[in-house]
Amino acid sequence: MPQIAQIAETYASQIFWMLLTFGFVFFVIGLGMVPKVQATADARDAKITGDLDAAKAAFARADEAEADYRARDAENRAAVQATLARAKAEAAKVAEGQLAAADAEIASRIGAAEARIQAASQAAMAEIETVAAEAARDMVARISGVQASDEAARNAVKAALAHG
Amino acid sequence: MAESGKIDPMHQFAIEPLFGTDHLSLGGFNIAFTNSALYMVAAAVVLWIFVVGGMKRELVPGRWQMAVEYMTGFIKSLLIANVGEGGKKYIPYVFSLFMFILLANLLGLLPLGLFGLHPFTFTSHFTATGVLAILSFSIVLAVGFYKHGLHFFSLFVPHGTPLPMIPVIFPIELVSFLVRPFSLGLRLFVAMTAGHVLLKVLAGFVINSANAGVGYGLTVGSASFILMIGISALEVLVAVIQAYVFALLTSVYLNDAENLH
Repeated sequence: MPQIAQIAETYASQIFWMLLTFGFVFFVIGLGMVPKVQATADARDAKITGDLDAAKAAFARADEAEADYRARDAENRAAVQATLARAKAEAAKVAEGQLAAADAEIASRIGAAEARIQAASQAAMAEIETVAAEAARDMVARISGVQASDEAARNAVKAALAHG
Repeated sequence: MAESGKIDPMHQFAIEPLFGTDHLSLGGFNIAFTNSALYMVAAAVVLWIFVVGGMKRELVPGRWQMAVEYMTGFIKSLLIANVGEGGKKYIPYVFSLFMFILLANLLGLLPLGLFGLHPFTFTSHFTATGVLAILSFSIVLAVGFYKHGLHFFSLFVPHGTPLPMIPVIFPIELVSFLVRPFSLGLRLFVAMTAGHVLLKVLAGFVINSANAGVGYGLTVGSASFILMIGISALEVLVAVIQAYVFALLTSVYLNDAENLH
């Protein structure tokens, strides 16, 4: 086994070169370069966590803004609804007033018309009495040859009309 | 081993000085630049290239940067899971440890033999794994005594130990603690050595049976070859798992030092 057979003549060389090469590895690579590599990786990790946190915060802000928007939207809706209701009530009141005025006018017109009709029918009735009295006097004169007075004829007609 | 027809499965672990540096020495110690050292340098350079590709530091990473950040993130989560938030300061060390061992294991598995080169796995040498194990253990000791002072010894007295049991428990816990660097280093060395020996033995079966005749080649040789394919895949897995185990145990031990029990 050369490891044991050669130990006397090689141990010093082995230890010397081992210390030299591993010293180079440790001091130049391990201490000189590895911390820089590690720092880069750490910086990247920190950046990723920072970016993620920022994104999370932005999400929260967006949610907040949306909630705010929703609240304002609801508020506006309520305000609009109230205005609308008020306007509706006002319009209804105005319409009611107008309707009442129109009703009154229509009623007065109907009253006037009825009065005119009443007057016309009375006039017509009077006309009929005169005509009937005239006719009654003619009938009396023709049948009996007696000239009935105007008043008597009129009374007779009135009585007949009253009895229907 | 030049004997024809004989394949030495241990030859792959032989350390050979390269580029005529046999007698290079420092303070009386031989520090020849060997094939083992070459693979250590290769692992360090490959790791450097890998991490440099991840240094673009872009916010949206490319594939390479993603791969490097995945590895550092993996070590980071390993340390946070085992040590807690205080474990983050060990990322450079555990990352270096894990990646260096992982690349050493994987580079040693490359089929460079096809191009006439001799792949070498320096993690199959306890002289190499031992250095890493002792390093990890020393850091655990240093952190433990620096953070807790002599109170660190309470690590060897688990919570709720009855008073008369302490003289018995303390030495047991102490020994199990002191064995850690050995188990840490030997586990990696044994796993890598065993896997490479197994692959070489099976490869020897394929070559020797094919040389022995068509009948042997088709039966023993092809069966061994199919087995080798499976075991090669298993060895890649073992390479990753052993690097992970080393890093995991180091972070578990660091947890003891950082938080006691």
